[in-house]
Amino acid sequence: MSDIASRGYANADKLVSTEWVAAHLNDDNVRIVESNEDPLLYPSGHIPGAVEVDWVKDLNDPLRRDYLGKAGFEALASRIGITPEMTVVFYGDKSNWWATYALWVFELFNHSNAVIMDGGRLKWAEEGRELTREKPSISPTSYSAPERDDSRIRAFRDGVLQHTQANGQLVDVRSPGEFSGELLHMDGYPQEGAVRGGHIPGASSVPWSRAANEDGTFKNAAELRGIYLDEIGLNPAEPTIAYCRIGERSSHTWFVLTNLLGFSNVRNYDGSWTEWGNSVGLPIEK
Amino acid sequence: MADYPPKLQEYLDDFDFVTSRDERVDFLIDIADEFQPVPASIATKPYDEAQRVIGCESEAFVWALDRDDGTLDFYFDVLNPQGLSAMAMSAILAQSCSGARLDQVAAINGEVVFTFFGRDISMGKGRGLTELVNAVVYQARRRLKSA
Repeated sequence: MSDIASRGYANADKLVSTEWVAAHLNDDNVRIVESNEDPLLYPSGHIPGAVEVDWVKDLNDPLRRDYLGKAGFEALASRIGITPEMTVVFYGDKSNWWATYALWVFELFNHSNAVIMDGGRLKWAEEGRELTREKPSISPTSYSAPERDDSRIRAFRDGVLQHTQANGQLVDVRSPGEFSGELLHMDGYPQEGAVRGGHIPGASSVPWSRAANEDGTFKNAAELRGIYLDEIGLNPAEPTIAYCRIGERSSHTWFVLTNLLGFSNVRNYDGSWTEWGNSVGLPIEK
Repeated sequence: MADYPPKLQEYLDDFDFVTSRDERVDFLIDIADEFQPVPASIATKPYDEAQRVIGCESEAFVWALDRDDGTLDFYFDVLNPQGLSAMAMSAILAQSCSGARLDQVAAINGEVVFTFFGRDISMGKGRGLTELVNAVVYQARRRLKSA
């Protein structure tokens, strides 16, 4: 039994170890994808054969605030040489924060054959495993995707408003300073700020990184249940919405609640605080 | 236009000619490769928390040491081994602000981060890098005030 299988996760198959990835570097049915916050990391060294999916230029619509559509996803998936049957292994920096974000976007197109490499690139590097600057030569595929399905795992503003009015479960995964309203935006980057500070009424505060260990791996199921069930009282059977500032940190929590703890209905509100805190008339708590 | 330390202005001018994301990334990786952590003669781990750059998730630390000519030498360390952008920004600041006129260092605007890294960096990354710049500016302003 691998270490991952022994941690008590609801769906341990959504995680693979660095050892597993090392053993599948030349597996034609596996595509390894690096997705980072820091754009310098992939070109400075990545797992041999890994391609890069960039959260800005690859996953978002270039003009309006939305994710890429069916045609854009098909172009991306074809460029990185995947098929719907292929297992896509995401990994990245920041305890896989951006890797889970990419996986969540792939799920919007029903590419569910996707997993996370536990521990991300930090664990891979600290184990002394090979990193290369050589970009792989990928044979493009002709990927046929369904229309993006926003109904299952994505939440929108009006839906969140109804959810909070019905006292639904909400998890705010931002830092305590953002949750309390002390921070509106960061210096020099007001375009990701908000006019109002605070949180959505009824939300519980659990910063996303609490689900990760120091080495970037996920905490085991008992520890996660201690945080999300015992500490803030979430019910895995009830609909749950996670949010942050633009929906990236909350995709990590979405992954944890859905795949590691087996919550039946978790949606990520990607509009998050940059939409809620800037909208006229929406209720706010401090 | 702000009167910046000449070496910093050189860097800014160089980045003005960057036309593609790949070119920017390669340039920054080259600079990050030049990053030198603070020598043991100045500081050893665990570092004094007073030297920590608040808001930088890559766990950056900065030291400002007085020179005889009244300027400052800046030293950095970045504890996150994956903190490549923080290393690049630290290398730029160490090279361009050490020995520069304090009024020029004090005048640096955190917006320079976006000239180097572009506007499409994440909120957290932008904040951390801006705080690195702010930490250097703070040291220069503090010395100017006490002069």
